[in-house]
Amino acid sequence: MKWCKQIRSVGLVMAMVVLLTTPAWAAVEIQFWHAMGGELGEHTEKIANDFNATQSEFKVVPVYKGNYTETMTAAIAAFRAGQQPHIVQVLEVGTATMMAAKGAVYPIEDVMHDHGFTLDKQGFLPAVISYYQTPEGKLLSMPFNSSTPVMWYNKDAFAKAGITKVPETWDEVEAAAKKLVAAGYDSGLSFGWQSWVMIENFSSWHNLAMGTRENGFAGLDTRFTFNNPGVKNMLARIAGWHQDKLFQYGGRRGDSLPMFINEKCAMWLNSSAYYGGIKKQAKFAFGQAMLPYEPELIDSPQNSIIGGATLWTLKGREKKDYKGVAMFMNYLTSPEVQAWWHQETGYVPITKAAWELSKKQGFYNDNPGTDTAIKQLNLNTPTPNSRGVRFGNFVQVRDIINDELEALWNGSKTAADAMDDAVEKSNKLLEKFEKANK
Amino acid sequence: MKTEFIFLENYYALFQDPDYRSSFFKTMVFSFFTTLISMGSALILAARVDRVIKYRTVYRTFLIWPYAVAPVVAGALWMFMFDPTLGIVAYYLQFAGVDWNHRMDGNHAMILIILAASWKQISYNFLFFIAGMQAIPRSLIEAAAMDGAGPFRRFWTIVFPLLSPTTFFLLVVNMVYAFFDTFGIVHAVTKGGPAQATQILVYKVFNDGFIGLDLGGSAAQSVILMAIVIGFTVIQFKYIERRVVY
Repeated sequence: MKWCKQIRSVGLVMAMVVLLTTPAWAAVEIQFWHAMGGELGEHTEKIANDFNATQSEFKVVPVYKGNYTETMTAAIAAFRAGQQPHIVQVLEVGTATMMAAKGAVYPIEDVMHDHGFTLDKQGFLPAVISYYQTPEGKLLSMPFNSSTPVMWYNKDAFAKAGITKVPETWDEVEAAAKKLVAAGYDSGLSFGWQSWVMIENFSSWHNLAMGTRENGFAGLDTRFTFNNPGVKNMLARIAGWHQDKLFQYGGRRGDSLPMFINEKCAMWLNSSAYYGGIKKQAKFAFGQAMLPYEPELIDSPQNSIIGGATLWTLKGREKKDYKGVAMFMNYLTSPEVQAWWHQETGYVPITKAAWELSKKQGFYNDNPGTDTAIKQLNLNTPTPNSRGVRFGNFVQVRDIINDELEALWNGSKTAADAMDDAVEKSNKLLEKFEKANK
Repeated sequence: MKTEFIFLENYYALFQDPDYRSSFFKTMVFSFFTTLISMGSALILAARVDRVIKYRTVYRTFLIWPYAVAPVVAGALWMFMFDPTLGIVAYYLQFAGVDWNHRMDGNHAMILIILAASWKQISYNFLFFIAGMQAIPRSLIEAAAMDGAGPFRRFWTIVFPLLSPTTFFLLVVNMVYAFFDTFGIVHAVTKGGPAQATQILVYKVFNDGFIGLDLGGSAAQSVILMAIVIGFTVIQFKYIERRVVY
């Protein structure tokens, strides 16, 4: 076979090229795909570089792959093609999807134990780790960046508008927004990551179920129920604010951040992890407070749930590489690294040790309000409604919710219709997922 | 990764899906206006440049320039100009009483991607129109001028009919462009939003396949999309070509 020989000789030449261009002392590269852009990306790279400096055996190569959805789908596509990275960052709502991909995932507990590291699960914050454990309590991926939505507010604007008390209830938010608009601000309130903030966290904050079967934790046969009157009434109310500019929609994810930075809105509900970005860009005094609640639904708020992402290890790379993965994970979760990450970015410290360290360093005294997120998460013992959510295809469900909410904000649908349609469409995806993973 | 043969179920599901049907309509609106605007303005520009004597090459170079811009860059450019918070155009629109927000208003988003997609294509059309005009014998136009026909009449009765092969060719190319090549612009500017208002067919293929991970549905859509474009081209060649004067 002539062509066979040719292929072999081409292969030989290529192997020689690789041998010649790769110095013998080169460290083993660990591919790490992440979704941390901007400030967060710089911080992620610093962690990887610092880790690389501690040893010479492995080299973690962080690669920015776009937003969360893009990163996750890129990794899945890469896995199908046999080109997967060692580590991929997957957002919290991708957990159910990743758990279902059993053949692709190397559970982090096994990664650590196989390479002689211990994994102290008791040391993690319960609100963080419980979101990611299997029903049997196994941890499949390593928590990395976890945040929760808070209310960011512009202190200067509040002073100018004569708002003396930071709003705690939605009534107070409305009153404050009216004062802000009267004082000449473009709008009062805006928010981003609307499915996460206004539906998932609104539900847990008021101890409302988002779906059946303990929000999906108890089984695949879960269905959504977030089209309840509590959610509908709140959304209808906010949509009604649109006309008077009390509320203005500024896009998905963090697209509305410039509105807050440029003082086009003075209250902004979004992740605590915007701390680093706001601190760097805002030219006004800002603060963070707990999410507003609706006294008609609950006497005092329950607890909020986390968002953010974990690091998943994918199978199929060379066996020796995974020692490097374990070493990197071990470094990443050390109190020093986590405390630094928490204080720079506004993500919550994922371990108790990192929280203690931040306290000891006096971070919360020097920066009042930075412990809002962690207080919200630990406000009460989580109920089945406020432990988190675990739904299959939830990344896609969030897009459906985004679509329906946008239709609500631009007035083409009522809150009731938007939520009923969202539940109907999303339940189809849940059925699909249940069927595919039985 | 497991696979299962389901015959035509993907197509069946697709036509049951109201989102897919509305995506059809949006694609029609988008490609109609993109073609109209990009060809119309290219024709006007070409007719003007054709009459310019001084600095003709300078005008030509500047008008051809946008073609070198990648679709994503073109999209980003327009996105920045129209950003509801930071954009300069959005800022001036406010004085005109328009509260521009393409992140919320589906019509605004559609207008924005039509503008971006047309702007990108004007250069290409311009190039062909001006080449076509230069191929028209001067003597015809001069004779008409001597008979007392004004510039407008000369254009409509001589230049425009003689340009019809070029116009026809560009019509096909622009339709195909609007259907297939505008992905980068949509991705950079609106990502198909808000509320799927700019979810044109080619973007839906990507969104369902790579974001939604519904590979079967996405594949079915691309087959349909290909059939549509083939159909368009056949219709154009069959019926419009007959009226073209060569």
